[in-house]
Amino acid sequence: MEHEKMLVMGNVAMSEAAIRAGCRFYAGYPITPQNEVSEYLASKLPAAGGVFVQAESELAAINMVYGAASTGERAMTSSSSPGISLMQEAISFIAAAQIPCFIANIMRGGPGLGNIQGSQADYFQATRGGGHGDYRLIVLAPWSVQEMYDLTTLAFELGDKYQNPVMLLADGILGQMAEAIEFREPVAKKKVPKPWALTGCEGRKPNVIRTLYLQQKDALEEKNAELQAKYDKITAELQLSETRFAEDADIAVVAYGTPARIAHWAIKKAREQGVKVCLFRPITLWPFPVLELRKVARHCRKILVVEMSQGQMIEDVRLARIPATVVDPKIEFMGRGGGWYPKPKELLAKILEVAKP
Amino acid sequence: MNAENRTIRSGRMHYCPVCGHTIAQRLIGDVMDELGIRERTIGTAPVGCAVLLYDYFNCDIIECPHGRIPAVATGIKRMRPDNIVFAYGGDGDLLSIGLAETIHCANRGENITMIFINNAVYGMTGGQMAPTTLIGQKTITTPEGRMSTETGSPLRICEMFATLSSPVFIERVAVHDAPHMQRAKQAIRKAFVNQIEGKGFSFVEVLSMCPTHWRMGGKESCQFVGNEMAGYFPIKKFRDVDG
Repeated sequence: MEHEKMLVMGNVAMSEAAIRAGCRFYAGYPITPQNEVSEYLASKLPAAGGVFVQAESELAAINMVYGAASTGERAMTSSSSPGISLMQEAISFIAAAQIPCFIANIMRGGPGLGNIQGSQADYFQATRGGGHGDYRLIVLAPWSVQEMYDLTTLAFELGDKYQNPVMLLADGILGQMAEAIEFREPVAKKKVPKPWALTGCEGRKPNVIRTLYLQQKDALEEKNAELQAKYDKITAELQLSETRFAEDADIAVVAYGTPARIAHWAIKKAREQGVKVCLFRPITLWPFPVLELRKVARHCRKILVVEMSQGQMIEDVRLARIPATVVDPKIEFMGRGGGWYPKPKELLAKILEVAKP
Repeated sequence: MNAENRTIRSGRMHYCPVCGHTIAQRLIGDVMDELGIRERTIGTAPVGCAVLLYDYFNCDIIECPHGRIPAVATGIKRMRPDNIVFAYGGDGDLLSIGLAETIHCANRGENITMIFINNAVYGMTGGQMAPTTLIGQKTITTPEGRMSTETGSPLRICEMFATLSSPVFIERVAVHDAPHMQRAKQAIRKAFVNQIEGKGFSFVEVLSMCPTHWRMGGKESCQFVGNEMAGYFPIKKFRDVDG
């Protein structure tokens, strides 16, 4: 089947994917480096029959999404790191209420106001829930503009499937860079039944969306157990990753997003010099693809984790407890905070250094 | 109308005796019954004593994070313009933590009905100062009485809304005696009818009793609304596009 191929920015690719996935509602507040999303959707979403609202704050934006999504329609917001921090209370409510929605975090440098360079410093916040209480978001990590598109499509499908908020976690570089991509049509565009949706109670009992469990003994404990059972199911069913050059590797580079893209180039160069190195790229950051990582890395003597942060995903690599079949793999790290990204030659040099016996 | 089709479910509410929430919610329920909109209506529950209104209202309800009722209501109404959406919240919710959402919702002219319960105190958390606590009024966080030098003056939201061009209906009512309850019901009815007719943002502030945290008897607290609160917060219609 022929697809349109277009040169677009990552932020635009994500926005167009949302429209084609049937997103009917967007609310957001300006923040760099994701302003192209609201610029694009302000005109395109109403033209597609949806609603665009520029909210008075990120707090209002995510709560508008909470309301819109509670009616059973597909709804989204986007922001960048400080704005995502502001949304955390409502994200906790949405996760507790088990309402599907799509949240994009186009990460910038932090902490605080930080800067507007791309960053991956919100990994902990995204993968550990981020707000108060025991909950999880499904977190997807694209490494290309095509995946900004494809994973947005997937995010809406997964949200409906698991009745859970889904976050696209991309560094600012991915939001800002342009590549030629295909605007693929969603495979399964059929509507998932949402009997819980607020539509008015004509012909049925009233629906109540709530997260407070004060009155009945053990009710909140039971709610937490219900959520955990869902998270366990997601963990079992949804560990997505991509591995390249695993066949002979004794060194694995683990990276997601832009560093994975740069690592891919550096790995190819290193392999030209006879270094047996592979790339392991998590696509779901939560659930973290531990099963595949164990398989890929079990014969490796060293693992190099590369992140645009001081080191956050590296904790999940350690927690994966890669079984030591040959030797216990040594886990090395390359990463800095504040908007740094690995230069290709710098990363190649690091791989060559790590590869030394 | 048989009991199961009524908006307010039969049975007791958990509110303290003489609490304004009981009266306001029954008035809303009566209006919804009279207009026949229960099955079309989606309500919002605030944080505070009234969070449990989903136990009393026999219609679709969503519980909102503290202060975010106007934003949640906006999202619902924009997706379901043919449904009737009411936003219900107290002074902590709508005037303190959610003041930005409240004002911007009004200023956008969202076609919803907003009912604001002003009882000049935080109820559920034990009686702290609210943005609407009167000067000199004692609360657990203003033990000597509220002083304007430290905490400013009570916020008059109807007067603030009257500076905006978008709201189509703004009225302050009270529920401390039967004549005022009747007037309150008429205002609530108008605020719903405006939405049904697609006119825009309609707002009713309800001066309400909180005898428990005012440390007053029922009669005394009704007099406090009629004399003290109404003295600072004038009971009147601020705007009605229909004149």
